[in-house]
Amino acid sequence: MATIEVNGKSYETDEEGYLVDLSTWNEEVGAYLATTEQVNMTEQHWEVINFLRDYYNEFQIAPAVRVLTKAIGKKLGADKGTSQYLYDLFPYGPAKQACKIAGLPKPTGCV
Amino acid sequence: MSEGAIKKFMFVNRKAPYGTVYALEALETVLITAAFDQDVSLVFMDDGVFQLKKGQQTKGIETKNFSPTYRALDGYDIEKLYVEQESMEARGLTEDDLLVDVTVMSRADMGKLMEEMDVVLSC
Amino acid sequence: MLHIINKSPQERNSLDSCLRVTQSGAVLLIEDAVYAATRGNAAEAKLREAMGSLKVYALGPDLDARGMSDRLIDGVTAVDYAGFVDLVAEHPNCQSWL
Repeated sequence: MATIEVNGKSYETDEEGYLVDLSTWNEEVGAYLATTEQVNMTEQHWEVINFLRDYYNEFQIAPAVRVLTKAIGKKLGADKGTSQYLYDLFPYGPAKQACKIAGLPKPTGCV
Repeated sequence: MSEGAIKKFMFVNRKAPYGTVYALEALETVLITAAFDQDVSLVFMDDGVFQLKKGQQTKGIETKNFSPTYRALDGYDIEKLYVEQESMEARGLTEDDLLVDVTVMSRADMGKLMEEMDVVLSC
Repeated sequence: MLHIINKSPQERNSLDSCLRVTQSGAVLLIEDAVYAATRGNAAEAKLREAMGSLKVYALGPDLDARGMSDRLIDGVTAVDYAGFVDLVAEHPNCQSWL
């Protein structure tokens, strides 16, 4: 277990830096987690983060990359539903980086 | 797994959720299997039918409610869900009580379907 | 005596065994055993018959978790965790059928 400090509040993370309790997440925490991943957050990044959080709330899992790509294409437009688009935003892997920033656990089937 | 060799996988779910960890473990295995582009079927029989019951609220037992995840299976291209009719009826349930679309099948047809599989995992 | 059952009636025979030997007292159904207290399940008739001489309770949070609280058999009393503790305290002894 580790903790991170954001605006004077501390949050528990696992040894890989994923938030332990996703209900404690807020945008400041997301922005902080993004800095630990060296991701400069833009509107396009937040769009994916919000999509992931909605997906998790609905299905209680973080989607596999293939599933995320397809679902994003359906919801946000075909031009965004490509792995190229998602890897441009999150170079070290949308599953790994975007899920971490969104405060979600590491995706099941992340192989 | 060698490329192009698509096998028919079947997961046979026979346990109620929460009382044991089988149901959740099986579901996670199914999600991982989906990454390998295999032909996956899920069967719910005996107490396994209870996994699909609508309206699960687990706050009181402080356990994660994983029933919404069955509705994500469609997005993972897992669309073959079968429920054994006799098991469902013996538990006072109907198709309307289930939280996903399934094919209800008699036990005789279920046996035939199992025969067609390459790999069957019962949990 | 308070008898506590935690296994589904259609997977294990703990409820059967309990009802076979028990003539009085109370049965508390918890965890997967709560399915026995729901309308239309295969153990319903057996449970109703037992209710002639036994008081039957089911743990509410376990019914909720399984989405079954709206189909509790009439005459079965749902209890919460505090009610669980009360039942144990009220009875001179209890047995967990594992």
